Amino acid sequence: MKILAANRLIDGIAVWLGPNGNWVEDIRDADVVRDATGEEQLLATARDAFGNNLIVDPELIDVDLIDGEVIPRRLRERIRAAGPSIHPNLGKQAARNAVVHLT
Amino acid sequence: MYRYDEFDYAVVKARVDQFRDQVARRLSGELTEDQFKPLRLMNGVYLQLHSYMLRIAIPYGTLSSTQLRMLAVIARDYDKGYGHFTTRQNLQFHWPALKDVPDILDKLASVEMHCIQTSGNCIRNVTADHFAGAAADEMADPRPYAEILRQWSSLHPEFSYLPRKFKIAVTGAERDRAAVQVHDIGLHLKKDAEGNLGFTVYVGGGLGRTPFVAKKIRDFLPEQDLLAYVTAILRVYNLEGRRDNKYKARIKILVHETGTAELTALVEKEFAHLKESELKLPESDIRAIETYFAPPVLPHRPEGDAVIARAIAEDAGFAAWARRNLQTHKNPDYASVTISLKGIGEVPGDMSAEQMDVVADLADEFAFSEIRVSHEQNLILPHVARADLKQVYDRLKAADLATANAGLISDMIACPGLDYCALANARSIPIAQGIAERFADQAVQEDIGDLKIKISGCINACGHHHVGHIGILGVEKKGAELYQVTLGGSGDENAALGDIIGRGFAEDEIVDAVDTIVKTYLAHRQDRHESFLSAYQRLGLAPFKEALYGSDAKVA
Repeated sequence: MKILAANRLIDGIAVWLGPNGNWVEDIRDADVVRDATGEEQLLATARDAFGNNLIVDPELIDVDLIDGEVIPRRLRERIRAAGPSIHPNLGKQAARNAVVHLT
Repeated sequence: MYRYDEFDYAVVKARVDQFRDQVARRLSGELTEDQFKPLRLMNGVYLQLHSYMLRIAIPYGTLSSTQLRMLAVIARDYDKGYGHFTTRQNLQFHWPALKDVPDILDKLASVEMHCIQTSGNCIRNVTADHFAGAAADEMADPRPYAEILRQWSSLHPEFSYLPRKFKIAVTGAERDRAAVQVHDIGLHLKKDAEGNLGFTVYVGGGLGRTPFVAKKIRDFLPEQDLLAYVTAILRVYNLEGRRDNKYKARIKILVHETGTAELTALVEKEFAHLKESELKLPESDIRAIETYFAPPVLPHRPEGDAVIARAIAEDAGFAAWARRNLQTHKNPDYASVTISLKGIGEVPGDMSAEQMDVVADLADEFAFSEIRVSHEQNLILPHVARADLKQVYDRLKAADLATANAGLISDMIACPGLDYCALANARSIPIAQGIAERFADQAVQEDIGDLKIKISGCINACGHHHVGHIGILGVEKKGAELYQVTLGGSGDENAALGDIIGRGFAEDEIVDAVDTIVKTYLAHRQDRHESFLSAYQRLGLAPFKEALYGSDAKVA
């Protein structure tokens, strides 16, 4: 399973591609795809968004769905989805008012 | 301090206007990302995990109180209320929006600061001893030479597209506190038999994936030949450096592959052409730049000893701080104060906007408005009357800035690591916090004595792990963080790279591993005067290996 991660051009904030081609700030809203066709659709949308100067550094990342929640396989992407592990009050986790489990 | 002249102002202002236009054109789509990326990097703007990062140059680590206050303003208005001081004596903001960066640069320019050459394959911020101009053991202040190098290297057309980045460090004291031997060029100020000033020149040091201690290529270079000689080195590197492979493009690889003797011959040959050129520094120019760095007029304050003796007797916290965080000053009535940014459990190098304001105020009231940034991620007040130290301590303590740990085990270097950095493979900061908490007890720390732990979250070694007495390198293995340990590294005048001790440790094992290493040292040291590094040099890896991995390790 994969989702597509990127950073928004104007402010650099980490975003993910959600359903209907929207860029979402919460990984829980990301569009999860399960096959090559889905991946190609994500990449095609990302290429358009990159071309339209909305996002930079688009990248497919591996995720698992655990208890219905999108959990990236790599720690790097889990930290990106949460915010710095040392600052629970900063990044996405602050808005969620919860620390994302990193391990 | 150096003050901008009309050229500096014009150049920096033009650069801000230029970048404002570039950002606008990028956001409108007129510039593509491929076109824009090198432009933003030339202005210190990186893209990290969570956001952009802006790296601000602090030339040779010297800041005024006005500049520090402006950094606080930017932290509050454009970032998340804090900044991060780095091992290159710079400051990074971790959360700026690209659209705001031109305004930030405008604010920086208003206090004679910028982000030029904080990234890219050019000559980066020139670093220097953070006690420059104050330390009792200093031969001469290295900052005038660092400033000459800054002016010469700023937007230097010949050296703006080098094979790779290029770092120069200068020190003027017997003790090397600027780690000059792990820089592309290291300059160690000294005097010849006739009392003339000049430099011992080191080339090809560096950390990263292929670490090297620099090679000495000149025992004594007269000061007036500084630019001619450095130009000769850069010219040889620019022509001969490996542009075919990013990982082999630093000058350290060129020195290694060419050989020191041949490389020296090439440099000397080029230098012979340049020696009598316009690059020869007129004596009057050197002395003119020196006047910017003239020490402040220090009033006679002989009451310091009595004030300190009383304060030590009354306040154990002050006594510990005075033992650890003061550096002997040239003037016996004064001291240089280390403001530790390594509070137990805090993020090494981080400072809140409120703390920046406190330090700026203290600098104005007690330290001639001057502040330094050390490559060990602390701040320094270089000139404080000993009679005022208790007042300074009390104010620092109220701002959580009086941790008495300079040079102790909890005074660690740690890079931002995977908590922020797009290049990192593992986290550094939580490891530093875990170690600091394990050794939080002041008496325990002081019993252990001088010990430098340096932590990097990837092989690029921003945390200088190769030259840590205990070095820790975070890697990713099978999707988990793993920490490799080196022992015996040193970044001072006896620079050495650490030895890898063995297999790495998981995130939940590494603090225990450091604990075991420290206990082994305590058990084996001859007495309290034998430092960790000296004991390691006498003992070698064996006892530490056995303690960490068991007796089987002896034959491994």
